[in-house]
Amino acid sequence: MIKALFNTKSTLTSLGLLVALLLLPQFVPRFYIYLMALIFATVLLATSLNIVLGFGGMFQFHHAVFYGFGAYALALTATKSGLPLWAGYVIAPICSSLLGFLLGLITVRLTKLYFGMLQLSLGSLVWALVFRWYAFTGGDDGIHGIPLPDLVSSSAGAYYFNLIVTVVCLGVMYMIVNSPFGRTFQGIRDNPERCRAIGIDVQRQQLLGQVIASFFAGVAGTLFVTVEGSVFPDLLFWGLSLEVLIMCLLGGWFFFMGPALGAAIIIGLRTFVGIYTEYWTLILGVVLMLLIFFLPEGVLGLFHKKGVSAGEKEGADATR
Amino acid sequence: MLRVESLTKTFDGFLAVNEASLMVQKGDVTAVIGPNGAGKTTLFHLITGQITPTSGTIHFKDENITGLMPHRVCRKGISRSYQVVNIFNRLTVFENVQVAILSRRKQTFNLFQPAKTMAIQETQDILDSVGLLEKADMISSALSHGDQKVLEIAIALGNRPELLILDEPTAGMSPEETAVTLRLMKQLSSQMGITILFCEHDMQMVFSIASQIMVMQAGRSIIQGTPECVRTNQQVQDAYLGGTESCSM
Repeated sequence: MIKALFNTKSTLTSLGLLVALLLLPQFVPRFYIYLMALIFATVLLATSLNIVLGFGGMFQFHHAVFYGFGAYALALTATKSGLPLWAGYVIAPICSSLLGFLLGLITVRLTKLYFGMLQLSLGSLVWALVFRWYAFTGGDDGIHGIPLPDLVSSSAGAYYFNLIVTVVCLGVMYMIVNSPFGRTFQGIRDNPERCRAIGIDVQRQQLLGQVIASFFAGVAGTLFVTVEGSVFPDLLFWGLSLEVLIMCLLGGWFFFMGPALGAAIIIGLRTFVGIYTEYWTLILGVVLMLLIFFLPEGVLGLFHKKGVSAGEKEGADATR
Repeated sequence: MLRVESLTKTFDGFLAVNEASLMVQKGDVTAVIGPNGAGKTTLFHLITGQITPTSGTIHFKDENITGLMPHRVCRKGISRSYQVVNIFNRLTVFENVQVAILSRRKQTFNLFQPAKTMAIQETQDILDSVGLLEKADMISSALSHGDQKVLEIAIALGNRPELLILDEPTAGMSPEETAVTLRLMKQLSSQMGITILFCEHDMQMVFSIASQIMVMQAGRSIIQGTPECVRTNQQVQDAYLGGTESCSM
């Protein structure tokens, strides 16, 4: 089964990258370890969005709400429930997928832009609740000093935990994208009307996609807490959703690894350009404009077009 | 097999289909003909559930399917192709057909099996039967218009329909492509035993394949019968064929 999914060249490239990432903490300063751990969380977030965006054709305008919801679920479990600290890591993704299911029940009745706008509105309601509910969520102050299991409380521990969880989740999402569900989902992206005509219940398929994407966004939320040890309402704000959307478009939303690349580029830009100017979003704006004009299919799309991408056609099949 | 009775659809007061009736017997090749705007496509949309009728009934195998959702109609055994090419643009030719087969096999919620190992033989058989096997790995949007229209039919075959509805299957095709499609339709009917309902403007094609013809005008079904019966019918002559120099329009 595994052999059917991965071709040799891309497997070797991934393994090489994985080994390099495993050795990285031995060679770089602590700040970079922290930065990489944050990138892993964001890579997972962006890839989870792309399941519904690039592979499902759903205009998921407010994906961050599931990310923030997962982060808050972990923070609240750790600080208020008295349950073991690891319990939050299981509860959080389940909470996020439940939220995905509930919002999805309402939003999948609409399509395209209307779906996106409704999701934006409902997601903003959740944000407002978190922002205002001081007694429970800490309101706009958020929750700080969240106790974490010993294993992940050091920066190296958090790094390795985030790396492993991200790799496992990417593997599972890759399988899903290449499964009959994933194939059908791509059919819905291309032509929902035709899908109905060949017997597919499009809304149910989209609802499941929604639950899967929000589950992995919830996992990403827990990874954020593992790195930062705190949560705040901005994690559920639509501004972050927009940023993640840009990551997908920048990296290439028709490619499985596109959003991961986009996430690394954006976090890198924010960190390093942020050193020189606080107006780093101006740079982001310019990047976005260049993207629309010159790279409509993202960075990976450009490589693919020029035939530079690994494994040529075979690789493209595996990554699509 | 299919029984449409007094079917009516109004759009803001405009009668697109007006008390239309249609009978399709198992194994028949039934053509619906009529001028542009006669309501042929709307009739097909009504049968397959794309739009809901204002009044009237549709029975398929003695079961009332009036107003069912399109995916439910499909699961009853009715599959269709479209007048304007309606395929999965970013998927390969192979994947276009495979999606329909996965749907029929109720595999669309299967999350962990690699799709590329599934339904290979059946997909290849369908592509072979329509002559697209050599182009199986092409992205479908790169196909010629004629091939895309054939792929339309191939996707519909993925559902293993008992009744196949084709909306102008040869529209926009070259004479050679039309001949290939005609041969394919004959083959589907005679070898695979699929009941076919189609609409078409090419009268030569209609009279060469149809065993039953229903004539529509201004949303109404004027007559249904054998080609001979329709050809000689005075009402049809007056309303539809009469004013023209020959049978083709």
